[in-house]
Amino acid sequence: MKRVFVLLLLLISAVATAGTDMPKDSTYQLKVELTDQAGHTWPLSSRSGRVQLVSMFYTSCTMVCPMIVDTMQITDNALDEPSRARMDMLLVSFDPARDSVDALRQYAERRKLHAPAWTLARVSAQDARQLAALLGLQYRQLPGGDFNHSSELILLDAEGRLIARTSIIGRADPEFVAAVRKATAGP
Amino acid sequence: MSRLAAILSGLLLTMPVVADYAPLPAGDFASVLPADGKAAPTHIAAFRLRTEPVTNAEFMAFVLKHPAWRRDRVPKVFADTGYLSHWAGASELGDQALPQQPVTRVSWFAAQAFCESEKARLPSWYEWEYASAADATRTDARQDPIWRDQTLAWYSRPSNTPLPLIGGQSDVRGIRDLHGLIWEWVDDFNALMVGQDSRDQDGADKLKFCGAGALSLQEKENYAILMRVAMLSSLKAVDTTVNLGFRCAKSD
Repeated sequence: MKRVFVLLLLLISAVATAGTDMPKDSTYQLKVELTDQAGHTWPLSSRSGRVQLVSMFYTSCTMVCPMIVDTMQITDNALDEPSRARMDMLLVSFDPARDSVDALRQYAERRKLHAPAWTLARVSAQDARQLAALLGLQYRQLPGGDFNHSSELILLDAEGRLIARTSIIGRADPEFVAAVRKATAGP
Repeated sequence: MSRLAAILSGLLLTMPVVADYAPLPAGDFASVLPADGKAAPTHIAAFRLRTEPVTNAEFMAFVLKHPAWRRDRVPKVFADTGYLSHWAGASELGDQALPQQPVTRVSWFAAQAFCESEKARLPSWYEWEYASAADATRTDARQDPIWRDQTLAWYSRPSNTPLPLIGGQSDVRGIRDLHGLIWEWVDDFNALMVGQDSRDQDGADKLKFCGAGALSLQEKENYAILMRVAMLSSLKAVDTTVNLGFRCAKSD
């Protein structure tokens, strides 16, 4: 009985410290919950263990956002097969009011952004602001409902450290691709 | 005896301090950053704003209660190395940080966490600007050249002189020190997006921002407020500076 209790305590403390064992310079220190296009909710830190190519967007965006997705695809395609298998693509919406799970799923289908390589996710408005601040992205909602936002691709290493970024959109940025190749190189 | 004093001051530091918040009514406001990039007024919902910036003593009480925000424990992704570096220690203010001085050298993440601990949030830029338009007798004194000169005068103060204590003259709503003391974080500092150069709007960098491009500034004669926008939009969320503090807001 006592043993069960100790086990329980251990379990509880393990849950309470989840995420805090990340490096101090890891973006996974931020405790935010994301909900993906399949409706699953998980903490940002659960992305650890694999390289992530990240950007923020919103699905009703008709101007630069489609090009952000294109550029993520171009960057991914610049890798060899083993490297591609080591990287995930993560797109987080800063428009939680309109980007429901359904909207994300439909967008993923329309753009052929297939799981598990691609994750489209939504967060609360407050968490979107925090995540953007952490990633160094700017966005601002306009009166019509559209957003002004910075268009950048961000590379996180397997422990969530921000190791490269590019604001070159519409074509591959050779320096950024080199950083992605290095991060996804085999052991 | 000194032990007793230490215990007493410790008690003072950890005692829950209930901060004052002043109500501001809903209103339409002509911001220096029109939402549509032209001249449309911004609608501001009723909210409450902390009457004074957060002080060193208040921030120390917060750090004691939330040790994850001690300067020797805070993750690098939430604050740069200057974070609370003027304090004598991780849990000691010392001579360079008087209890009633506004806390500075705090990152946006730290400011947010403090406000959360007060069941509040950082004000938005529009809320801050709306509140800061007031003087002792008017809710919007911005067209008064004297108001403009007074708010502008502070910016010529050298930043190596010690910060004054909080408690400047209160405005018509009972709010103090919006001008003349410190720069203040706002929740959406990373939404102000003023290009460093007007060429950002339609030149080679036009893809940098999706949408209607960088905002244009209005009320160009309101230099004091424009300087705030320029400063805030240049910051990263982990940045800390000697003159940058904050106050919190609550939605009504």
